[in-house]
Order: sequence, then structure tokens, then C-alpha cells
Amino acid sequence: MSNANLPEPSLDRVDGRLKVTGTATYSAEYQFKNLAHAVLVTSKIAKGRITGLDSKLAEAAPGVLAVISHLNSPGVPGYPSVKQPAERAPIGTAFRVFYDDFVYFSGQPVAVVVAQTLEQARHAASLVQVNYQTEKHETDFEANLAKAAVAQSVQRNKTSPFQDYDRGNPDAIKTAEVKLESTYVFPTQHHQPLEPHAIIAVWEADDKLTIYDKNQGVKSAQGNLASTFKLPRENVQVNSPFIGGAFGSGIRVWPHTIAAVLAAKKVKRPVKLVLGRELMQTSVGSRPFTVQKLAIGASKDGLLTAITHEGIGQTSTYEEHLERTILATRAMYACPNVSTRYRLLNLDVNTPTWMRGPGDATGMFALESALDEMAHELKIDPLEFRIRNHADRDPERNLPWSAKSLKECYRIGADQFGWNKRTLEPRSMERNGLLVGYGMASSLYGFHRHPSKAKAIMLADGSVVVQSATMDIGPGTGTAMTQIAAKMLGVTPQKIRFDLGDSSLPDAPGQNGSATITSVGSAVHVACESLKKKLLALAAAMPGSPLANSRFEDITAKTGRIFPIANPSAGISYSEILKYHRLPQVEVTEESKPGPERDQYSMYSFGCHFVEVQVNPLTFEVRVTRVVTCADVGKIINYKTARSQSIGGIVGGIGMALMEESVMDHRFGRYVNTDFAGYHIPVHADIPQIEVYYVDQPDVYVNPIGSKGLGEIAIVGVAAAVANAVFHATGKRVRQLPITVDKLV
Amino acid sequence: MDEFPGSEAHPGPDHQEDRRLFLKQSLALAGLTFTPFPFQQADGAEPPLADADKIPLSLSINGTKRRLAIDPRSTLLDLLREQLGLTGTKKGCDFGQCGACTVHVDGQRVLSCLSFAIMQQGKKIMTIEGLSNGTQLHPLQESFIKHDGFQCGYCTPGQVMSAVSCIREGHANSEAEIQEYMSGNLCRCGAYPNIVKAIMDVKTGGQAV
Repeated sequence: MSNANLPEPSLDRVDGRLKVTGTATYSAEYQFKNLAHAVLVTSKIAKGRITGLDSKLAEAAPGVLAVISHLNSPGVPGYPSVKQPAERAPIGTAFRVFYDDFVYFSGQPVAVVVAQTLEQARHAASLVQVNYQTEKHETDFEANLAKAAVAQSVQRNKTSPFQDYDRGNPDAIKTAEVKLESTYVFPTQHHQPLEPHAIIAVWEADDKLTIYDKNQGVKSAQGNLASTFKLPRENVQVNSPFIGGAFGSGIRVWPHTIAAVLAAKKVKRPVKLVLGRELMQTSVGSRPFTVQKLAIGASKDGLLTAITHEGIGQTSTYEEHLERTILATRAMYACPNVSTRYRLLNLDVNTPTWMRGPGDATGMFALESALDEMAHELKIDPLEFRIRNHADRDPERNLPWSAKSLKECYRIGADQFGWNKRTLEPRSMERNGLLVGYGMASSLYGFHRHPSKAKAIMLADGSVVVQSATMDIGPGTGTAMTQIAAKMLGVTPQKIRFDLGDSSLPDAPGQNGSATITSVGSAVHVACESLKKKLLALAAAMPGSPLANSRFEDITAKTGRIFPIANPSAGISYSEILKYHRLPQVEVTEESKPGPERDQYSMYSFGCHFVEVQVNPLTFEVRVTRVVTCADVGKIINYKTARSQSIGGIVGGIGMALMEESVMDHRFGRYVNTDFAGYHIPVHADIPQIEVYYVDQPDVYVNPIGSKGLGEIAIVGVAAAVANAVFHATGKRVRQLPITVDKLV
Repeated sequence: MDEFPGSEAHPGPDHQEDRRLFLKQSLALAGLTFTPFPFQQADGAEPPLADADKIPLSLSINGTKRRLAIDPRSTLLDLLREQLGLTGTKKGCDFGQCGACTVHVDGQRVLSCLSFAIMQQGKKIMTIEGLSNGTQLHPLQESFIKHDGFQCGYCTPGQVMSAVSCIREGHANSEAEIQEYMSGNLCRCGAYPNIVKAIMDVKTGGQAV
């Protein structure tokens, strides 16, 4: 066990100084002479057609350079020409910006105003008059539930994981000794990173585009823009070295990005577009409104016998967003009979997207709540119930786990939390006149690893540059990569610079799916290993070299010096090697990718969360007073940043459990709580100190560094742990998030 | 925005502003917010502010006196970020709800997105860029790094500026008090426990802030 609360000699963030001094440059902060400012005009209706768009007043306002809409867009080369007569986009069509007169959701961009200054653009945007022919919209999920159906993309793909799934006997639930059936409602939630999405678009030439953009993948943004604007890929440069949080909102290229690129094309100047907070709910996706029906059956002695899990998620009328809602249920517990169904409901809203722990955070809220309900029904301790049903193999794929220390996580978490002090009955613990509840939940997240490249360069002075087109939306990518390189090369971290967030660097996946350390970390590891081998060969070729005939296994390196393990004093420094060979630098680029191990083992991160709440028995105000979390994510690279990521997931999970809900007024099909006064996220006073523990054992099957993803598992299960604690404190089971006072009184 | 380099600004008030200042500013802003819609946009005619002339403004920013000519609609935040290139002060919400734009005005923490630039006549503005002493970081900046009081870093300048005030105001006597007096500064990455530790460490270390 390793305690991330103890002082550790972890490397401080390599970009910490830039961040605390305000000199880290985020997307909207690049300086250009001649920069113009763009402000979006968005639709006020949820469905219909634009019948008129009068921009005369706006165009006449001081400083205005252009007003662009579907009436005068310079056009997107990658869009097909508009059909005559025009028709609504079929399902499976990414939203097309300023394309035709159709309105698909409230908040859709219908025009963009470009002016010399932000103030001028904002004012002029208020002068654009848009007229609509309104059609009846449907945005109410629960009212339209009967229309949910299997996604068209799933119908076409017989191997889709979202096909109906039955393991064992689908009717076993009917004959279970003890059976519970419940419906769990998960509201629409929004990522709400503190940095609003922003872009500066610069056309360097007619066929050459540079953007400074908030996204989670410079390579995918580059590819998307190249195909959208029909440009050679290398003619699109995406710069995104600092991202002020994203949590999934930056995985796709969204309409406002295209609008800014179009605007820059039209005015032939660099154009900056920053989304106002009020537009963040309709511009960059959401965690979808989801209803889940879960039936769970068990024997009286506490063994799961059957689970049926149906998930219905919200999507738009033009795209199908699928997420893992029901998938965790197949792998989490040793249950012989499991059935899952997944359906989508198309509504007149903007397309949802992945948000931290997509699907799993939603599905595990239902499953881990249901486990708690069954444990209560059986009068078994909820932790004991989970241990009894622990899956020693992956029951879905019938494969061994690559590594799984979930029982160890349970033990560590329970010990540190003091779970044994929990009394079985709800509403049986009190402190200072307040109700006290203990709740826990398991967590899991699938292992993802994608092909990644890294370049490692040894410079003449013995310093190192490592490069990869990966990202850092907050977890500390550069810091972890610097440590991986430092360890392999035997160079102090201070002599290493890691470059990221630049589409001209070697290929890497975007930062999502907890895949960065596993994918890019592996690439950095092998690139630095290859560089070290190259340097060893150069050293061995030097006259009288103590490393002549040394095998790679027999040497090591420390503080920039390479030497035989058996004879540490007989080494050569990297700078001496380059000096002797008169080389300004030595570089290698390597790729690392997954192999057949994925077919031999089932790979997941596992963990658990323990939560204490205090509930006021009169007002039912809920406060989280203590959290202990423990995760098995393989080898930990940097305790300090890992711990911060775990804490961040807990904080997000507390928001999910107690506060977050995007409320729509269905009369207008429009969100009503479009700022932080209405959409509540946790503040300082909501968050107690949080204890974080890791098993910290390398998973030897997943990749060369033995590390698995941490970002998502940190949040998956947290909402259930809070809900379970609230039930234990009050005896009231809330199955519709967020758990607000009105649901407890 | 135009700047007249080398000219001397009016000297700013030396006294410490009190809480009433914020209230006055808030009321002035509220007045604008609740201005009846027809007044802002009269019958298709151009609203009165659309063609506004620039207004002279003298103030001190990070110890440097500036004489500017500004759009009266500019907030202090937009003046800093869009016109003076001081992008360390962040725009998170533009509604005074997140604290990312926190700066010091005459020594007090102020939300620069809720403050019109023209209201800063003669005032001393301190932004994150002015906090450190050359390359020597402010103790709170050091402490934020030590305790990993951030992830993405976007809310960080506002958190740091607020933390300085939290200690100076005498509101950093316990973790609970820090949590209360820092609750105007949101952090979506969830670095709150680390931020509290960072502030507590500086406070108990007795360093001058």
C-alpha cells in the first residue's frame, strides 16, 4: 500500500511556475496585431427554420467587419452542396455551420459578428435580427421515453458492444430468491471547465491555416479541419499547449471552431472567438440525460444471481451519441445471468458528448446504488456483499484480468476510513445532533492504449528534449513524461524539456479515455530506451571506452552519465559522447502500440470510494465530511499529480451527486441555468480533505511501464458512494440525481 | 485603446478602500444591468453606447502609471486581457461567479469582470503579473507549486490573488475559515484541498504576504 497523503519526493509540476505566475498561455491569449473579435448569434428557438436574418444594423455599427450567416458564408469545402429543396440533416450528420436555414436546437450558431474590438462585436451581435418559422420541438426526455430505440449505428453494426446482451439465463431474474427493481435518473450535466472554449484562427495563406484552440487532441483537430476545409493535413497547424480544463468537452471539433475559421477567412485577419459561459451549455456537448432500469436478483446468502440493466440515453436529432452506460454491469461482479439493453432517444438538443467517466460514471451510479439496496435488503454489510460477489475473472469475456487488486483496495480503503465503525441500520449514527452516514462504492474503468510516437533528442550539453503531440488538460502530462524520460535516460528532470500540444510533433492520441500515460508514456519510455542504446553504441566506439562490448542490460545511467553496472566509476557522460563524435544532437523517434495481450487478458483499472456525510435532520442539508479513495491503476508515475487527479475526480463526483443538473424549460427547449449561479459546482467550502491511496503495483501485461489510466476511475462510483452514504444517514434512497434537499424532505 | 506613453497620471488614493467600495461598484453595475431594454435599443435606432467616444483613464497597473483612452464599455478584465496583453488574469464566467478574474484594486480583492475600467480612475491595480518580485516568486506562488494547488492552472491566478487577500484580511486562521473565504474562487479540476493546504502553510509559516 502506498499512502499518497504522506509527503513524497514527487517532482513538482514542470509547468507550475508558468501557471502560478499567469504566464502559461491559453488559447485566447496569443497576441496578434490586427486581431479581430468574433461573437456568435445563436438561435432562440429549438426547432424550425430561419425565415429572415437582418444584419444591416449590425453591419453599420462601429468597428464591424463582417456578419456571416448561412446567407453569405464563404462556405465550407467539406460540406455537400445544399439539396433543393433543402431538407433536415439525417441522423449521423455532424452539425454543419452556417449551412442552411434549419434549426436543430436552441443555442445553435446562426450568425457570427466580427469587429475590431470585443465590445464592438458584442454590441453588434445584439443588433442582428433573426426571424424564425417555429416547429414543435421535443426536449422533454421523460415525456418522450416511449420513443427510445436501438441506435441506427448499432442496428448496422452486429458486433457493436451496444447490441442486446444476454449472459446465462435471461429469465433468471424472475426466479431470484430476492429481487429488487428500480429506475435511476441521471440529469444532463455539463463539463464547465473554468476556461471557456476559445480559438484564434489565422489563415497564413489561402490554403494554410493555423489555430490556437482549446481542444483535447491537436492531431484529431488537425485531421478534422483538414478534411472540413479540404486542405493538405500538413497545412493545418494546431497549437494547444495549455488547456484550462476540458473533461471531455474538447474531444470533438465543435461548431464555434468552424465559425471562427470561416470568420477569419472572410475578414482576412486573425479572429478570436471565446464562448461566453452562457453558451458553454449548448456549444460543447454534455453528459446525456439518461434513464436506467435495473433489476437485481440475489440468493438469501448474498450471492448475485441475475442482473438486468437497461439504459436509455439522450442524443440529438442529427447525431447518435453512444456511451458505456450498461457495459460495466457485464464485467463488474461475478453474476451468472446478466442482460443489458441500450437505447437512444433523439431530441431537439445539441449532441451530447463524453464527459469524465462517460457512461461508466452514469452506469455505476445505478449499479452501485442497486448493490447497496440489495445489501440493505439482505442485511449484509455493503462492502462484504461486494467482496462475496468479487469477479476473479472477467465474467463477460471469460478471460483472466491482466491485474486486479480490488480486494486490496477494499481492505485499504475500509481500514483507513474506519468502515468497521459503521452500524448496519440506516439512520443509526449521529454526531452533534446531525445524522451521519457511511457509504461506499466500487469503481472500474477499461484500459485504453493507442499507438503513439515520441521523439527523444540528446543535445550537446547533455540536456534532453522529448516531443509528442499529446495534450495536458490538467493532469500533468509534461511532468509525468519528464519523469519517465528521466528514469530511462538517467538524467535529472531539470535537464529535460517535454513538448506537447503542437500538431507538428510526432503522432499521439488526444487526451481522453484515461489513455495518455498508458499510450504516450509507453512511447516516451521506448523512445528514451532507443536513444540510450544509440548513445551506448556511440560511447562504445570511443577509443579505450569502458563501455566497449557492454550489453545494454549491463549498463545504467545516472545524472547524465552512462556506466557499467559492475563498475560505476568507469562511465562516460552524454555530453562527452556527443563532443567526441562532434554531434550537435542525437535523436530517435519511436512508436509504441498495443499487441496481442488485449486478446489474452481483460484490462481494467479498479478502485473504491468511502464517503462520510452529515445530514441535518431538520433541513436535510447534506455535507460530505470525509472521503477515502483507493485505486489500483498499476504503477504510479508521480504521486503528487496522481493524488491531485484522484481528488479532482472525487470533487467532480460530489458535484454530480449533490449539485449538478442542467435544467431545461421545455416550453422553449432551452437551458435556464446557464451560469455558475444556476449550475452549481462544488466550491472550497463543499470539499473536505480527501485521503488517497494506491496499490502501486505495476500491471506487467498492459504496457512497458506498467501504468494504467487514472483520470476516469477517480470519478466513477463517487456519486453512488455519496448516495449510499445519504441513505445510510437518512434511510431515504434517492435515485434521481442530484440529491437536493427537496428529494430528502 | 490608445496609450500616451511617458505621461504622468493622477496620483491614486493611498488609503485602503473598504468594503463599501465594492458595494458602490456593484450598485453602479446593477443600475446598468437593470436599465430598461427600450433605453438600450430604441426603436431600431442605434443605442447610445454604440458610437461611444473613447474616454481617458489614468491608473496604475503593477506599479506602472498608465494613461489610456478606452471604450467606456470595457470591463477592467477586458482592458487587462484584450488591450494591455495582461492575460494572467483569467475570464472564467464574466458574471462575477467564478473568481478567475480576481485582481487587487487599491489593495483589495476585486472581480475585474464586474468592474468597469472607467471606474478605476486613479486606482492602483495589481494583477498576478505584478505579484512576484522579479524572478522571486511570492510565498503563495511557491506554496501552490509545493502543494500542487492546481491542475489545469486556469483558475490559479485568481486563486493566488484571492489567497493573498484571504491572509491579509485575517481570514486564514483555520482550514474551515480559508474554505469559507476562498469559496468565491471556483476550481473545476477540484484542487481545493491542496489550495487550502497551500494557504495554511504560508499562514502558519509566518511569511509576509
